[in-house]
Amino acid sequence: MTTQEIVKPENLVYTKPSVMNDTTMHYCPGCSHGVVHKLIAEVIEEMGIQEETIGIAPVGCAVFAYNYLDIDWQEAAHGRAPALATAVKRLMPEKFVFTYQGDGDLAAIGTAETIHACNRGENIVIIFINNGIYGMTGGQMAPTTLEGMKTATTPYGRNVELNGYPLPITNLVALLKGTRYVTRQSVHTAAAVRKAKQAIRKAFENSKETRGTSFVEIVSTCSSGWKMTPVNSNKWMEENMFKEYPIGDLKNE
Amino acid sequence: MKEEVKLMKGNEAIAHAAMRCGCDGYFGYPITPQTEIMETLMENEPWKTTGMVVLQAESEVAAINMVYGGAGCGKKVMTSSSSPGMSLKQEGISYMAGANLPAVIVSVMRGGPGLGTIQPSQADYFQTVKGGGHGDYKMITLAPASVQEMADFTVLAFELAFKYNIVCVILADGIIGQMMEKVVLPPFQPRLTNEEIKQKYPWATTGKTPDRKRNVITSLELDSALMEQRNIDLQKKYHLIEENEVRIEEINCKDAEYLLIAFGASARICQKVIELAREEGIKLGLLRPITLFPFPTKIIKNHTEKLKGILTVELNAGQMVEDVRLAVNGKIPVEHFGRMGGIVPTVEEVLDATKNLIANIQK
Repeated sequence: MTTQEIVKPENLVYTKPSVMNDTTMHYCPGCSHGVVHKLIAEVIEEMGIQEETIGIAPVGCAVFAYNYLDIDWQEAAHGRAPALATAVKRLMPEKFVFTYQGDGDLAAIGTAETIHACNRGENIVIIFINNGIYGMTGGQMAPTTLEGMKTATTPYGRNVELNGYPLPITNLVALLKGTRYVTRQSVHTAAAVRKAKQAIRKAFENSKETRGTSFVEIVSTCSSGWKMTPVNSNKWMEENMFKEYPIGDLKNE
Repeated sequence: MKEEVKLMKGNEAIAHAAMRCGCDGYFGYPITPQTEIMETLMENEPWKTTGMVVLQAESEVAAINMVYGGAGCGKKVMTSSSSPGMSLKQEGISYMAGANLPAVIVSVMRGGPGLGTIQPSQADYFQTVKGGGHGDYKMITLAPASVQEMADFTVLAFELAFKYNIVCVILADGIIGQMMEKVVLPPFQPRLTNEEIKQKYPWATTGKTPDRKRNVITSLELDSALMEQRNIDLQKKYHLIEENEVRIEEINCKDAEYLLIAFGASARICQKVIELAREEGIKLGLLRPITLFPFPTKIIKNHTEKLKGILTVELNAGQMVEDVRLAVNGKIPVEHFGRMGGIVPTVEEVLDATKNLIANIQK
């Protein structure tokens, strides 16, 4: 069978979403970012909102998100994406505006911007990648790093006396009246990927109405930062991360 | 038609001018002595008339990043703050410089360092003119000396910001912000529609359409060769601005033997000083830089030939004096007189300082 025959339109069961570029991704093997990027691209394509969507990229591993999704983007300073998104959405209320942020960006340096954008009930989508580590700078402690977890800046494991506790930022934003939909998902199995996509779709659908912020946490792996194989990373995430960060909806109004 | 003259504070004039000149958004955080800008906007509720967005942010950091977001959409957006708040905004300003974004910032200076005082100062000249954030960048800096100029420069600042895709700062001080004077407000201009913005600013993130590549607003470029090129392009832009946008006011400069150089509120004090000096037969002139960047280097250099000495008068320890000395290049004496920490000098103090300069030169 030739390639030509294999890719006959009637044989297609899967295709790359048109909103994704052909740019080779810089993400490490086993990283969750690529999957989440693809899900956002699929949702934008399926909703037909490519011309209406503005993405706000973070500082961190996803800093180059704008290279992969074929939409207009703004690249924010570290932690400031929700402030940018606030202005973009308020000045162009007809647009779909989302931020894409990691745990350091969203829950450490950008905590104020996160909390206050959610508290104002900005009609934006916040996609939160939580892998409990700073990937881009080489595996340092994040606010969401688990107790006892080894990182480059907690070489003997996170000690709560020294470093405090893992920060459940998603639980915090769920308490705020400004948030409408707060959910925690993962993308480590086919079933989880499908659920995560439904959550992202729901978050984008919510943007059509002025009823508050939609916040989607994706508990993620960082094989390089965790110094594990992709397979072991998934296993470790299920056994450890999910205990601290249980999967499911925290708020759905 | 007869012009309508109003009496108001400098800060209020900024707010009214913004609402009239088609401004799309203001994002701010309260800090004395400039909070009347946001208060006036909130009181007037321009979102009900022009559609202008006004938002009180959670911090100066958030406010400047909201300005980044709005500017990235090609919108006419602004913020305002005072010294400690301006320090917080420096990160966002540097990013905006790197991303070539147009915006207006009103900086109403108070005495520092630190929390300092809420009284007037001009101690943030360096911060504004030399680039308070990281990297090689400049901002066009306008220094108003009256309530009328607070209004006029709001309009001008947006024009310059969008002409060069640059941050334009209105660098005022607590006196200009707080004092009341008569003012004629600028005529009404409608806000640009989204379609007009798409046409005028094709770089803006207005939503990717099939006829163009995606727009990305970013200051990031990891390839050093490309990053150097971006810097070269920025410097070209700054040189162009230096060639075309210098603005000054000269009073009694033609026959002057001695010159006062001062901006903002200091220049208002100096106006009276030259009057008194002239009465005593001292040939004293006043050169008031209206643009601090671009600095009137060539104009000052050209004056040097006919002058015996220059005194800069500033509400600081001597900041602009460095730029005057660079322009004069050692040819004649250049001295500084200033008060700090929120103290505003009297006319007599400045006149005495001028006489001291003259006496020292004549020795």
